[in-house]
Parts: sequence; C-alpha cells; structure tokens
Amino acid sequence: MSTRKRKPGLYMATANRLVDGEVVFLATDGTWAEDVTAGAAVDEKAADDSLAAAERSADACVVVGPYLIEITRGADGAVWPTLYREQMRALGPSVRTDLGKQAGPSARRIISDVPL
Amino acid sequence: MPLVKQGRLAEDAWTTVDDEARLPATGAVIVPLSRWRSQRDALLARGGGLGVRLDSDQRAEDIAPDLAHLQLIALNFPTFRDGRAYSTARLLRERYGFGGEIRAVGNVLRDQFLFMHRCGIDAFEVADDRAVAAWQEALEEFSVFYQPAADRRVSASRLRQSRKAAE
Amino acid sequence: MYRYDEFDHTFVHERVAQFRGQVNRRLSGELSEEEFRPLRLMNGLYLQLHAYMLRVAVPYGTLSSRQMRMLAHIARRYDKGYAHFTTRQNIQYNWPALSDVADILHDLASVEMHALQTSGNCIRNVTADQYAGAAADEIEDPRIHAEVIRQWSSLHPEFSFLPRKFKIAVTGAPNDRAAVKVHDIGLRMLRGPSGEAGFEVMVGGGQGRTPMIAKTIREFLPKQHLISYLEAILRVYNLLGRRDNIYKARIKILVHEVGAEVFRDMVEDEWALIKGTPVELPPGEMERIRTYFAPPAFEALADLAPEFDRRRLVDPVFAAWTRTNLFEHRQPGYAIVNVSLKPEGGVPGDAEADQMDGIADLADRYSFGEIRVTHEQNLTLPHVRKTDLYALWQALQSLGLATANIGTVTDIIACPGLDYCSLANARSIPIAQQISQRFADMDRVHNIGELKIKISGCINACGHHHVGHIGILGVDKKGEEFYQITLGGDATETAAIGDIIGPAFPYDGVADAVETIVDTYVALRQNGERFVDTYRRLGGEPFKEKLYAAR
Repeated sequence: MSTRKRKPGLYMATANRLVDGEVVFLATDGTWAEDVTAGAAVDEKAADDSLAAAERSADACVVVGPYLIEITRGADGAVWPTLYREQMRALGPSVRTDLGKQAGPSARRIISDVPL
Repeated sequence: MPLVKQGRLAEDAWTTVDDEARLPATGAVIVPLSRWRSQRDALLARGGGLGVRLDSDQRAEDIAPDLAHLQLIALNFPTFRDGRAYSTARLLRERYGFGGEIRAVGNVLRDQFLFMHRCGIDAFEVADDRAVAAWQEALEEFSVFYQPAADRRVSASRLRQSRKAAE
Repeated sequence: MYRYDEFDHTFVHERVAQFRGQVNRRLSGELSEEEFRPLRLMNGLYLQLHAYMLRVAVPYGTLSSRQMRMLAHIARRYDKGYAHFTTRQNIQYNWPALSDVADILHDLASVEMHALQTSGNCIRNVTADQYAGAAADEIEDPRIHAEVIRQWSSLHPEFSFLPRKFKIAVTGAPNDRAAVKVHDIGLRMLRGPSGEAGFEVMVGGGQGRTPMIAKTIREFLPKQHLISYLEAILRVYNLLGRRDNIYKARIKILVHEVGAEVFRDMVEDEWALIKGTPVELPPGEMERIRTYFAPPAFEALADLAPEFDRRRLVDPVFAAWTRTNLFEHRQPGYAIVNVSLKPEGGVPGDAEADQMDGIADLADRYSFGEIRVTHEQNLTLPHVRKTDLYALWQALQSLGLATANIGTVTDIIACPGLDYCSLANARSIPIAQQISQRFADMDRVHNIGELKIKISGCINACGHHHVGHIGILGVDKKGEEFYQITLGGDATETAAIGDIIGPAFPYDGVADAVETIVDTYVALRQNGERFVDTYRRLGGEPFKEKLYAAR
C-alpha cells in the first residue's frame, strides 16, 4: 500500500481535534493524545500505516487535517518533534507560556514505538 | 444525475453530448460550445431542443449572438471554488435577456444553491437525492438580500426606500 | 455609527442559523472538511497552529462601547481571556471551539456584529481611516461609503467565489491613513470639478509575494455611482482573474499582466453598460446611512484648554503622551486619542478582557461611547474633550494602556507569526518584544521620532512589512528563523514598497540590526527629518555599511 519511500527515522501522526481544534497525536491504541510524549513514534516503514489510521479517524469526524511529523528520540528515550514548528504545536505560543499545552498538566505516559 | 428544477426532482428531457459522440436522432441535446461552433448549421437544421454547455473559462458573449436559437445553457462549475459562472449566468439573464433554462452542472453543492439561484440559474444537476431535499431548505435560509441580482428578490435598500416613500 | 434596522438584524440572525446548520452538518460528517472549509472561511474561522481562530469583523474599525463589552465577554467565556486587534481593523480570538462558534456568532449578532467574510475568496472587511468623522482634513466621513460597500458586498451572489480574497479600503482625506494604495481597491475621497464629493479609484495594490502599489483607473468617480463601478471591477476580476495558480490570483496580477490601461478599458466598458441601472444604490439610501454618521453632540468649547496646558507643563510623563498619542480634532476643544496596545515588551495588538471592558467604560465616559480599531493594531477614542485628557490618561495608565509611543519605534506592527499561525515561517511577536525592550527609554523613543516598524512571519505579509519604514520578514533557513530587513516602505499617500537591505539576520541579531539602523539615522538626519525622509535622501548605503561592516 505504501508507495512512498520515507527517509529513515521516527514519525508520528498528528492532527487537530475536529470539535475544538486541540492539537492531538496518534497513540498506539489508536486514540488521540493531547501530549506528544504520549503519541506513538513509529519508524519509516510503519509511518504510512499511522497516517492511514489518522485519515480514517478524520473520515470519522474525530480529527481534521492529519499529517506525519518527524520525531527525534532523546538520550533518555523521550520523543520530541524534530522541527521547530511542530515543537511549537506540541507546546503552545512561545510568547504566552501561560497558555496552551505547556501550561496545563500533561499526561506522561510510556513512550511506545509499537506499530499500529 | 438528479436534476432539481423549481424545488423538486425533475425529469431531464435533455441529453448531454461531448464533441465526438453521435447525436441522438431526435430530442433535446446539450453540446459543448466547441461543437456548437463547428456544427452550428447542422445542429440548427436537426430540430429538437438545443442547448450549449459553457465551461468556466467560456464567456456569455461567446454564445450571446445565438441565444435566440437556444432553449438551454449549461454552466459548468469544475470545482465549487470556480465562481466565474455566477457572472456568466447574470450576464445571460440581465445583459442578453436569455429566457431559457440555465442549468448548473459539475460541482454543484447545497451551500451554493442560493447564490446560483440569485444569479439566474434555475436548474441544478446535483450529486444525489439528499441534495434535492436540501435545495428548498438552502433557498429559504435567507429572507434579506443586500444587493439586486438576476432574480426578482428585492434588495433591502430598495425595500427601505419604498417603505419610506409609503410613509 | 450605523445601527442595524430590522433588515440587518434579520440578515445576521439568518446567517447565524445558517452557520449553525453548516457546523452541525460538518460534525455529523454530512459535509467533508474540503466542503466545509470554504464555508467556515467565509465566516472567518481558520484552523491555526494550536486551535481554531475566529476573526470577527469590525466594519471600518468602528465599535460602540456595548460591542467592546461583548467582545470582552466572548474572550472570557469562549476563549482564554484576551483577543488580538489586526491590521485590517478586525479582532481575532485564538482559541474558540468549533462547537461554540455558532453561540459566539449569536452573541455577536445581539450587538450587531458578525464574522462574515473575514476570510475566504470573497470581499473582506472594508477598512477606513481610524480618524473618520473626527479629523480636520476630511472631505467627508468615509464610513458612510464603507457601510454602503459593506452591505452591498455581504453574501453577494456573484462575487462569493472569486479567484482570491478581495480587500477594499476607503480614505476620506487627502492624507491616507487607510493604506488605500496597497489594497485591491483603494478609494480616496476628493472633490470633483463642481465641488461635489467623489472618489479616486485605485486598483491592484497589495502586499504578499508580489507587492504592488495600486494604479489609478479613474481620477474622479461621482459617489452615487460607487456601487455600479465596484460591480464592474469585480465582474472583470471574477471572469478574468487567474484560477490556475493561487499565487497569481489577486487582482494586482491581472492589472499587472494586462496593463493598467487595458484593465481600465475593460472596467469602463463594463461600467458603461450598468451605470445608472438598478444595480446602483437606490436614491435616499446613502442619505439614510449618512444620518448614522452625523457628528455627536459636541459642546461648544474654546479650543484652548488652560488646565490641559498646565498639566502638560507640570507632568512630563503626561506631556510625552500628549506629544505622540493625540491627533488634532476638527471640533474646537476636542482631541483624538490613540490608545497604544504596544506596552513595553508586550504582544502588539493584544488586549485582555479587563482592558477591553476598561476601554468601553472610558469610551462611554469620554468619547460618546465610540472606539476605533486602527490598522496599526491600536485603538482610538475619537472624540475626547481636551479638558478630560488628563483624567483619561490617568485612567489609561491604570489599565496599562497609556504607553506614549504612537507612530514611534516601539509602536510595532507584528502579525501573530509562528507563535499562532499555521502559515508562518518564523515568529514575529518575540522580535517585536525584543525591539520594544531595546528601546525602553522613552526619551530615546521620542528623540527618534516617527518610525514605523512592521513585522511579518511569512510572505503573506499580514504584518504589512512591505510598507514599513523598517520592514522585517521572517523566513525559514534550514529550519532556523531568519529575518530579512527592508527599508523605506510607506503606507500613506506617498506609498512605497521597502527595499531589501541585504542578507537576512538570525533571530538573535534582529534587535541589534534595528538599533544599528536607528543609530545610523539619528547620526545622519538633518533638519528634523523623519527616518523615512533620511532614507529617501541618502538611500540604503549608509545603513548597509553599518549593518554589514563586520561581515
């Protein structure tokens, strides 16, 4: 099914929740997490399956505009978006650190890269 | 595809053909502008209803001289974002006085019905029967219109002024 | 200001019901995102970096205190307690839920407001001079005509699926405070041959990827023909604007590609056929609308206000504020007051709900209940008695809204940028904050004088950087934020697009670069020249030399 050759690395599907626009990340169980560290980081071979799952979720009117982001895994095993723009989405506005995800309690879960 | 006219599902008496297809022996046909131009005399001689389909980059003035021979103009909306046919429809009605059917074909969606109707389009080739039911609803969403168009709906400004004159 | 009659009320409520239906059809899946997107855009609802963003229309930048209070209420109830005033005189909320938007619109409708056509490929909010009805140099209040255009353009059936967005601005004075020359249509009021008021019509201005100054296609249009002439322009654009490439779809590209002369001929030919037909505004309607813009009940006051003058002498902080934040009013004894939304280190154009309520109260107390939103992301209280200025200023201080920096180096325009906007390449707000903090010394700010810095986080130029005296454009260079600087832009009647000065600066280098530019200007200026005058006199060389000397 996957025709696209992705560059090796980690990926994660992300989108906005339809009903309220919240940025969300696809987790291993197929649900959507508000915290990127609770999302499923998958390798390039599994990335298209993640995206497909995200798109099915969009068709089901749960989320809107799904796409894949590149993920970097730190020395401690924590995942984080590679690109600055995606880091911003995972945190909130840099000029209002009292707003967005960076301000609220974040559910910290074990990071998983088990393919869906 | 279902055809909506005057708020309800209508029988389509017309056959749409492209540049190459054989014309049916009898009956009303809609041909592309290019075919009208190349086979005009033959089409006129054929008899039966004549309609021309304009693509979104084709203009009302391209067909204006021949309107007297035509009973239908189909205006294509290749995507609902392409709004050129709204102007074309208005010009056909208001500038060239076309009194036949103006039919919207292509990507024709419920949320554009009222705009199309106001521009003088009176027939709609829609995607499915659900759109037929939605048509009337869509047209009744507004009772106030801020500008005159090709329809008979009176603008708010005009109503205000005639109300004032009546006082 | 304009008050809705039953037609306007009915329309806006029908619109709310229609949008509610569209949202419900989206949530149920009956409408796909692709089908819903243009519908929500036509109602000013974007999907941005962190959340939806709702852009509410403030027609020609005019608000009543009652409306401002509702905007504050919406910020508290449906958003995160604040909002942002934009370069098109609108207001934006950054965190509404889709499921709440119909309710927000309902609340807005209750105070005669809406979010119609603040996005999408349709005719957008018509903007006007923020000093309309108050400035002495005005020929006629442009808001009368802006209101005429607003109504005419609302759900216009022929022009709701244009090749691209369409922006109209109107100025009622020879001094253009509405940036008409960088709009798709710019209308400048003037007097015709027999002294009657009319418009110079300019078309094809704009910023973005290909900034252009609008071309005059008609030197004088009698005002009763405004609607038919606009229809002619829009019809030509709707039919001939490019549909194959969104980057070439604005009317400025069409005017450029066919040439202004040919474009004018096409418009005039079309206009000749519709001029004087029932498409025109019915006689009497303009007069009806005009009555809403009658001047408020000014008192007959002496222009001199001894108490005001005395306060200026004894209170240097107040005096500084009067030097930058006041503008001359046509009515003796009154002043136009600019309220800065650019506090030191603050987010340009943002206001907290409490501040919005505070301004509403001050408007009621001191400005006949009227407020304006400027396209420079500030607010204006248009009709304040000079004798009230000191008390007003003190009240503004307690709200954190008394920064004495209008038109100066720290009165920076910045788009939301990468902090909020999904289109952005780089952040703009922190750049504005850094510059603002670098120039924290008020004496220095006042010494520098008029200097308009405008920052955009991407080429879409919502920060109007092309027409900044100093323009700053954020770009992405290999994943890092860099900033290209332009000099010599101008948004007024002497409109100009700024010149790129040289290679881009990194995020940490912009404030230094701006300071270098400013210091260079201060060292070279003559005879009280403004920055932009010095730049025009000397060109970019002296600035380039200093900026890139070390490289």
